[in-house]
Amino acid sequence: MGPLDFHVFLQPVPTGETTYLGWLLQGLRTTVLLSACAWAVALVLGSLLGVFRTVPSRALRAIAGAYVEVFRNVPLLVQLFIWYFVVPEIVPGGERFKQIDPWLQQFLASMFCLGLFTAARVCEQVRAGIESLARGQRNAALALGLTLPQTYRHVLLPMAGRIIVPPLTSETLNVFKNSAVCSTIGLLELTAQGRQLVDYTARAYESFLAVTVLYLLLNAAVLLIMRKVEARTRVPGYLGSGR
Amino acid sequence: MYQLDWSSIPGALPFLWQGMKISLEITLVAIAAGIFWGTILALMRLSPVRALSLLATGYVSLFRSIPLVMVLLWFFLVVPTLLRDVLGLSHATDLRLASAMVGFALFEAAYYSEIMRAGIQSVSRGQAQAALALGMRPLQAMWLVVLPQAFRNMLPLLLTQAIILFQDTSLVYVSALADFFGAAYKVGDRDGRLVEMLLFAGAVYFVICSAASFAVRRFQRRLAA
Repeated sequence: MGPLDFHVFLQPVPTGETTYLGWLLQGLRTTVLLSACAWAVALVLGSLLGVFRTVPSRALRAIAGAYVEVFRNVPLLVQLFIWYFVVPEIVPGGERFKQIDPWLQQFLASMFCLGLFTAARVCEQVRAGIESLARGQRNAALALGLTLPQTYRHVLLPMAGRIIVPPLTSETLNVFKNSAVCSTIGLLELTAQGRQLVDYTARAYESFLAVTVLYLLLNAAVLLIMRKVEARTRVPGYLGSGR
Repeated sequence: MYQLDWSSIPGALPFLWQGMKISLEITLVAIAAGIFWGTILALMRLSPVRALSLLATGYVSLFRSIPLVMVLLWFFLVVPTLLRDVLGLSHATDLRLASAMVGFALFEAAYYSEIMRAGIQSVSRGQAQAALALGMRPLQAMWLVVLPQAFRNMLPLLLTQAIILFQDTSLVYVSALADFFGAAYKVGDRDGRLVEMLLFAGAVYFVICSAASFAVRRFQRRLAA
């Protein structure tokens, strides 16, 4: 291998509207956007499922349990291919999905795949958080005459939500890392842009180095934000909860 | 409405089994090498020598900060060139399997090292102190007294990580290596039956992994009892 040469990033791409560095930054933007959207899906669905796993209703517990079992025991890559190649074929309305802009198709499939995959993990954290609360909290709330939904809304979830922030930090980091899998269906996120750069410039080492550094920076940025969130949501007297 | 047609699966089973063998090979090599190297990393990290512990911390946080896909791409790029230079192999040799194994082993070692570190710390201090008082050298105390207990305590977690690793091997797809998933995709693509093959692959992974997690959970309960 020859000496590293990073000037290649400043050259314009064949279509001319940006530089190779611009491609990388576009990829970074897609990675961030995708991860943020998937994380939102995962938080909402995961919290709901986590609550389901702790309610008295046996049916709801079974539904959430089955969900976690399925989404945890099929590899993310297989899930992604099923969302992208299988679901539009066998679900009614899939024909219309296949007519929208290809980028949007890839993005939506990736977002739902990553979101639903992560929801199973968030669900387990939420369940652990609720179960870590003293049983007396639930009993006291019910004895005071709160309904079950009120007990969750005003007593259990506010506490559990704060306790599970530290383990959710590592899930947040995982979403960003797992988003790289979406390069396999052609979504031009950071990893895919890196591979495209290799194809166009034949500068494999420089391209991969740049992508790796961008992932490291992204990881550090997310960690920094989550540490701030952790500091703000820490429950006084609940030292080291979660880790 | 799409008509499901499963007829291409029976004929493809031998090919899929070849793929499954590759997946299992990568998994087993990566587990063995990953636990070995991960344990060394954990020992380095807990060692009083600052340089060693810094080195191990750096390694672990580097590998935990980048996506597995990226790590695999690096190894498919770098390892073949390196091995060819060192061993003088011809360009025709297919090194993708070796690259995948090296990549997975080095990547998983970072995760195994965190598990082993927690395991070593879970063994009470008195154990190491008693071993030292009996006249063992520090490494003997670690190897004969602390590590076996750490390993036993962490066995359920190590096994769970092994299941995750097995699922992750599907990512060798990025190198077009025909592991189980790669084989399923190829057959589906060839026969125009991608829908059925992907569903079949998902079902196979689901059955294997949920059976394995079930076994680990039972084993864990027996260990706790």
